[in-house]
Amino acid sequence: MHWIDYASPRSVKEATELLAERGERARILAGGTDLLVLLRAGVMDNVDLVVDGKSVPELNEVTYDPQAGLTLGAAVPCYKIYNNPKVTQAYPGLIDAASLIGGTQIQGRATLGGNLCNASPSGDSIPVMIALGGVANIAGPSGDRSVPIEDFCTAPRRTVMQPGEMLVSLHFPAPAPRSGAHYLRFIPRNEMDIAVVGAGVSVVLENGTIKSARVALASVAPTPLFVKEAGDALAGKPATEESVRIASALAQDAASPITDMRGTKEYRKHLCEVLTRRALLTAIERAKEA
Amino acid sequence: MSGKTHVQTTINGEHTDFLCEPRQSLLEVLRDVVGLTGTKEGCNDGNCGACTVILDGRIVTACLVLGVEAEGAEITTIEGIASGGILHPIQQAFLENAALQCGVCTPGFILASKALLDENPNPTEHEIRFWLANNLCRCTGYDKIVRAVLDAAATMQEV
Repeated sequence: MHWIDYASPRSVKEATELLAERGERARILAGGTDLLVLLRAGVMDNVDLVVDGKSVPELNEVTYDPQAGLTLGAAVPCYKIYNNPKVTQAYPGLIDAASLIGGTQIQGRATLGGNLCNASPSGDSIPVMIALGGVANIAGPSGDRSVPIEDFCTAPRRTVMQPGEMLVSLHFPAPAPRSGAHYLRFIPRNEMDIAVVGAGVSVVLENGTIKSARVALASVAPTPLFVKEAGDALAGKPATEESVRIASALAQDAASPITDMRGTKEYRKHLCEVLTRRALLTAIERAKEA
Repeated sequence: MSGKTHVQTTINGEHTDFLCEPRQSLLEVLRDVVGLTGTKEGCNDGNCGACTVILDGRIVTACLVLGVEAEGAEITTIEGIASGGILHPIQQAFLENAALQCGVCTPGFILASKALLDENPNPTEHEIRFWLANNLCRCTGYDKIVRAVLDAAATMQEV
């Protein structure tokens, strides 16, 4: 690896000042499971400073309130999410993703904030974070701002973040009564692989019908893909497989996958329908039990 | 450009200071600076688990941690597993089940297995296989390793 400097700021202000000073040459280090691999691979030769987000208190926050929802610091590793009983109880869809990213060792370091900032089309946590209506809280030299997670990634490895800005936390609204979410991915192995396709969904039920739903996909477009029309089509429909098939067909239509080593575009299109349908059926079951 | 950083840690129960460059991984530091070569380098990108160590109670791949990130941390490496010349029950079970051949993956498997049994003393075969998914072995296959962990769990329950 080329020479890098390391800083461990104690506040958001100190961190953003360092980032503003170095611009594109600085990167925030959270779990490091993507960043250190990229630095070592020589694809970030311009970067000469890593700023350790784990030293900033706000980035380590995990706060759940049944009214206010969940605030998850950008540097909280996966294992702290799925070992938190309150979060596990309230957001099982988020736990689906946090517990299948990499293996046990990776989950000891990797963070959902980092997964989002890495902005891979296949990022496993991103579809379900979109489905849950998550928001990214960003701090920067010109102040704080919040961006819906579906608008955060702009291209492979590109995000809305400007030089000097850092992701501080992710916020998820409190789960509505009778709501459920699920993330489902297809990989050829049982674990430790990159999604051929992933589907993250959420539903809210009311008197046996679907009040609202959200659907997002991984690995089928240049960014994780929010398919608004698929969720909207379920509003007011009975919570049945027949309704779900309408939404999964719309998700399939919205996907524009490529053919690569992990699968052909035709295969991925097929998977979009299957995974969206199955994920929605599981989310409905969870909502009935919630 | 700056020089080396002074880092204070506890490694295998002993206070250990080292100097390292910020770009050096914890794996490089353990092997090349501290001289603990039991931790092995495999893929160097987090896939193979050969460099697994326990960092503040959680297993991590030492190749994906910077040495400077270990400031204040407690680290356990394979050198800290046996006590007073007596093998840990997991090490003994690996020997008795012939769960190793070339041995490069073994320290990582043993540390990952120890962390599993510390958290879940009586895991199912399914739980063992998922927990160890981040550790690759290219010699024995996984069956003997899984049997060794099941055996070690049984032995440790008896004690």
